Amino acid sequence: MEKVSIILGKTVQKISKLRGNGGSALPGLVIERTNPNFVKNILGKLPYGVVVISGTNGKTTTTKMVTELFEGQGLKVFTNKTGSNFVRGVISAILKEIKISGKFDYDIAVLELDEAHAVKFSEVAPIDYALLLNVQRDQLDRFGEIDHTATYLQKVATATKKTVVLNREDPRISKITANNISFFGLSDALVKKFPSDDDLLSKSKTKASTQKALVTLEKLGDKATYSIDNEKYSTTLKVKGIYNAYNAAGALALVKTVLPDKTNDSLIESLANIESAFGRGEVFIINDSEVEILLVKNPSAFQLSLASFIDDEHDYMIAINDEIADGRDVSWLWNVDFHSLPTVKICSGTRASDMALRLKYDEVQTAACIENLKQAVTKFTSANKKPKRIFTTYTAMLEIRKIISGRSLV
Amino acid sequence: MKLKILHLYPKEMNLYGDHGNVLTLRKRCEWRGIKTEIVEHEPGDPIPDNIDIIFGGGGQDSNQNKIEEDLRKIGPRLKKYVEAGTPTLVVCGLYQLFGDYFETHEGDIIKGISILDIATKASSNRLIGNVIISTPEFGEVVGYENHSGLTTLGKNATAFGTVVKGYGNNSEDFTEGAKYQNCIGTYLHGPILPKNPRLADFFIKKALERRGQTDKLERLNDSVENRAHKVASSRPQ
Repeated sequence: MEKVSIILGKTVQKISKLRGNGGSALPGLVIERTNPNFVKNILGKLPYGVVVISGTNGKTTTTKMVTELFEGQGLKVFTNKTGSNFVRGVISAILKEIKISGKFDYDIAVLELDEAHAVKFSEVAPIDYALLLNVQRDQLDRFGEIDHTATYLQKVATATKKTVVLNREDPRISKITANNISFFGLSDALVKKFPSDDDLLSKSKTKASTQKALVTLEKLGDKATYSIDNEKYSTTLKVKGIYNAYNAAGALALVKTVLPDKTNDSLIESLANIESAFGRGEVFIINDSEVEILLVKNPSAFQLSLASFIDDEHDYMIAINDEIADGRDVSWLWNVDFHSLPTVKICSGTRASDMALRLKYDEVQTAACIENLKQAVTKFTSANKKPKRIFTTYTAMLEIRKIISGRSLV
Repeated sequence: MKLKILHLYPKEMNLYGDHGNVLTLRKRCEWRGIKTEIVEHEPGDPIPDNIDIIFGGGGQDSNQNKIEEDLRKIGPRLKKYVEAGTPTLVVCGLYQLFGDYFETHEGDIIKGISILDIATKASSNRLIGNVIISTPEFGEVVGYENHSGLTTLGKNATAFGTVVKGYGNNSEDFTEGAKYQNCIGTYLHGPILPKNPRLADFFIKKALERRGQTDKLERLNDSVENRAHKVASSRPQ
């Protein structure tokens, strides 16, 4: 049966590629219909099992960190690339990697799945470990409401066979129940810097939870200090921002859970070399100046980004789109406090004017409002040699990346 | 002169950036040299005297449960304020609870505080998207809706506006929101006030009038507001 499916799937993949469809969803759809056990049969045989990473913010970078931490320990890791984080995307990714003979030469699968798709995945394939990062307001028009989103993650946790790794400081994550639980957490000093969704406006949480955590992020300056098994380890990080440093604690906790015998030093060494994921804190050099792209898709991510990335040296641009993948509703901008920003050089994207309006009510100046991203990026990057940062929603990020990396500047 | 703005349940009922409405009222007063005081009302707090403007937003279901009991307790006070002409804006969840009742999927009746003559019934469809309505008093109003409750107006309520694009109260009769005295209930968030400055100024003007100040409101430069309004009305539903 698997062999037939593999041949069928690979054939559909080739045909849809020939027809210029990029070919991500169709092969998955065909296999889903003809062989519902396909994913289970292939991934169920992996010696170290299947890891699912879910939550609102930081999935992509965390998945990259977990993958590279495992690779640093010599494991062959199967992972789904960005943009295919649903069951059909996983099937397509398997079809690309599997041999016609049925040989699937991997030790472990590390899958990034959004909350609703993680539940669907749990219904078709086994999950051995899950790393659940956070529940924050994101694209309400897709999922409804955040408590509802938390129930998705509870279902994922219930379906997880071995251990679930949870963010101790997120009230909706830490109350999740499962067979076995490990936590990752923050020191009291850092908790204040991480508003949970409830705290965005009231900023009430000031102390870390008291549950014991496997890994905690203790300090963050030029170096990040983690406490693992009550021992402290300090390292520089290539990924930027406090939220990435914190998600790295989750990644460490998960890898420690799967591979308890590996030394902490070797994990920290791998961690130090991991770079940001696509469009998440990537830095480009344009006209001799650094341009950093920071993805902000919901209020918590935006608030944390502002806390990490505001200084006097940089020029700032904000790009807000309201396409389906960004969420049509831009009211979330009003749940972010922008007072820390200096004058914003350009607001851009389909909802540039909403952003400028939001800034006006926080008494932050906007120098120019240019909806067209290409014109905006051109103007922004050619103004001077200062380093620059662009906060951007998802579809605007894709477009900006294309403009910058294709150098298709006017 | 200081205007006292009562913000109902800012913690529990702030799902869609509704806090932006209070910020808009505050800033548009400040920019005209009018001082404001925001009174944040949480369950158990007393309702103070001399409130000039009342605002309340929407929340997720679990939070809505937390405030229902308190709302029924303060309902008579709020009703007195509205009857006396206090400008009041309620959005989404509190719009529904300012009505007579909300009927759940299971057929249970959650009683409202009967300030607006409306009734709401749960439905399995969520009405989501950009909205444009036309209103007799404030011209075109833009916003975003996201609700599954279907609201119908009783004979003592008039619609806040007529749906031009989107669903409105129930996706059938083209009405959106309800108005009674100076109390407006609506499903529009976005939040509603920043991009509809004429509506925002209505609440300020009414509040000042009730304090005996009948002068015209000082004009503000609303070019950013108007541009955002125009863009919002041009986006797909």
